[in-house]
Amino acid sequence: MQLFNELKTLGYKHIKADKKANEKIPSGIWLACPKCHQSFYHKDLGLYQVCPNCEYGFRIKARERLAWLVDEFNEDDAALKTKDPLDFPDYDKKLEKARQNTGLNDSVLTGTAKIAGELLSLGIMDPNFIMGSMGTITGEKITRLFKRATRKNLPVVLFTASGGARMQEGIFSLMQMAKISQAVQEHSHAGLLYITVLTDPTTGGVTASFAMQGDIILAEPRALVGFAGKRVIEQTTHQKVPNELQDAETVLDHGFIDAIVPRKEMKKKLAWLLKFHNEGTVANG
Amino acid sequence: MASFLEKKKTAAQIVANARNAEKVSAQELLAGVFDDFLELHGDRLSDDDAAIIGGVAHFEGKPVTVILTNKGKSAEERLRTHFGCPEPSGYRKSLRLIKQAEKFKRPVVTFVNTAGAYPGQSAEENGQGEAIARNLLEISSIKVPVIAVIYGEGGSGGALALACGDAVWMFENSMYSVLSPEGFAAILWKDSSRADEAAEIMKLTPEKLLEQKIIDGIIPEPRSHKRLFKGVKRVLHEELEKYQKLSVSELVEKRQQRFQRF
Ligand SMILES: [Zn+2]
Repeated sequence: MQLFNELKTLGYKHIKADKKANEKIPSGIWLACPKCHQSFYHKDLGLYQVCPNCEYGFRIKARERLAWLVDEFNEDDAALKTKDPLDFPDYDKKLEKARQNTGLNDSVLTGTAKIAGELLSLGIMDPNFIMGSMGTITGEKITRLFKRATRKNLPVVLFTASGGARMQEGIFSLMQMAKISQAVQEHSHAGLLYITVLTDPTTGGVTASFAMQGDIILAEPRALVGFAGKRVIEQTTHQKVPNELQDAETVLDHGFIDAIVPRKEMKKKLAWLLKFHNEGTVANG
Repeated sequence: MASFLEKKKTAAQIVANARNAEKVSAQELLAGVFDDFLELHGDRLSDDDAAIIGGVAHFEGKPVTVILTNKGKSAEERLRTHFGCPEPSGYRKSLRLIKQAEKFKRPVVTFVNTAGAYPGQSAEENGQGEAIARNLLEISSIKVPVIAVIYGEGGSGGALALACGDAVWMFENSMYSVLSPEGFAAILWKDSSRADEAAEIMKLTPEKLLEQKIIDGIIPEPRSHKRLFKGVKRVLHEELEKYQKLSVSELVEKRQQRFQRF
């Protein structure tokens, strides 16, 4: 294991750019990839906002992803608003800012979509909405997404991106993990397909619930996928954690991800998977 | 029953009491509440996590499956159990035993006292998130009653994985929260020394959680273990009777309603 990690680290070294590169470049024009540290013109990232060097997908808004992912979309539950169960100071202001920034009512966008002719229930988490944290409305929207899909006999595709629980909603945020899991299980027992796509970052209570419950679990290249935060691990174990520990590629090596799919191939891959699962089953099933 | 109402404690005091090293242990609970406990080891995949004790026993003469988080008493044991923080293999062992209970139609009782799932490199590599996720998924439709008692710390997803069944009770001196008050204060105010203030705002005490219907009841914690066990037995007796009366579909339906309201 140790050797493996060292080899991996060595592998990344030769593409590492000058560490001071960030300081020289004026902001807005140049961008440095947080994973491989190469610098690029902003426009080089292109439509998909992907590092041209390592294919890491930059954190994008749910609505930006929607724009190139689907052919049709009908949004659901866009008006639900949290009851602020802890009466947390200044939480309303934080929410308002996040709503302005993302154009969403909470950290996930949900609805019914069409990709290459295939109908599906689609959820996209937004890492820009209070770090994609899971509040009661996030949980409610995802639960309803699964319940609707079960009723309408539709597959679910869910893009995850989350810093974990929404601290401002305390224990109510935690309860969403159980609530969503029930709806996922019902959908699964109905014989319906659930695909999760793990994007940067997928952590905490989202990893420990619906992100890891897919029939098929895909991930974007170099996306951070983990349960505990790196700092928490290092403080608890008093040991340095390798940088790649929570890279999607490492998680794939340990057997918890089915495939890594670059962003520009995602739509095609999803369309194929959705179609494949519509091709019918064996007669004796 | 009145003890927790009369001497009103602050949230910070309850946190301190919940973490008290002198608290009743998993082993004492097993001996005091159940008969004929037989420990069943291992997750059948790779490991046997010491932070989770599981097995079969008699409760009032009837078969049950019992699962407890274990902080350990000696320094050596505490190191081995990571102070009661389970590894992924602990959650996999627990789920294996819950599925076994379902097969043989016996109810499950869990006792939870954990700061949370263990945050370590090997835990990440072995899929801590996946292990908890699978527990939540499978327990949501398990066909036998699953009753949980939080007897100290109920820390985040690591506690929820063992407390996502039909009823959750808490000891008078226990807590249940999305994160430790120290972590909460560090994240929200960049100042972990404001933990006492965080504890208050987080609504993590049994009383506050009962008000919100996150839990179903509070078990008084008298000094005498004998009286404590009597209280635990009374609650388990009532809850098992209540949930064993239901048909499987009623049981699962009720469990779903329990979480759908949050
Ligand atoms: Zn890169």
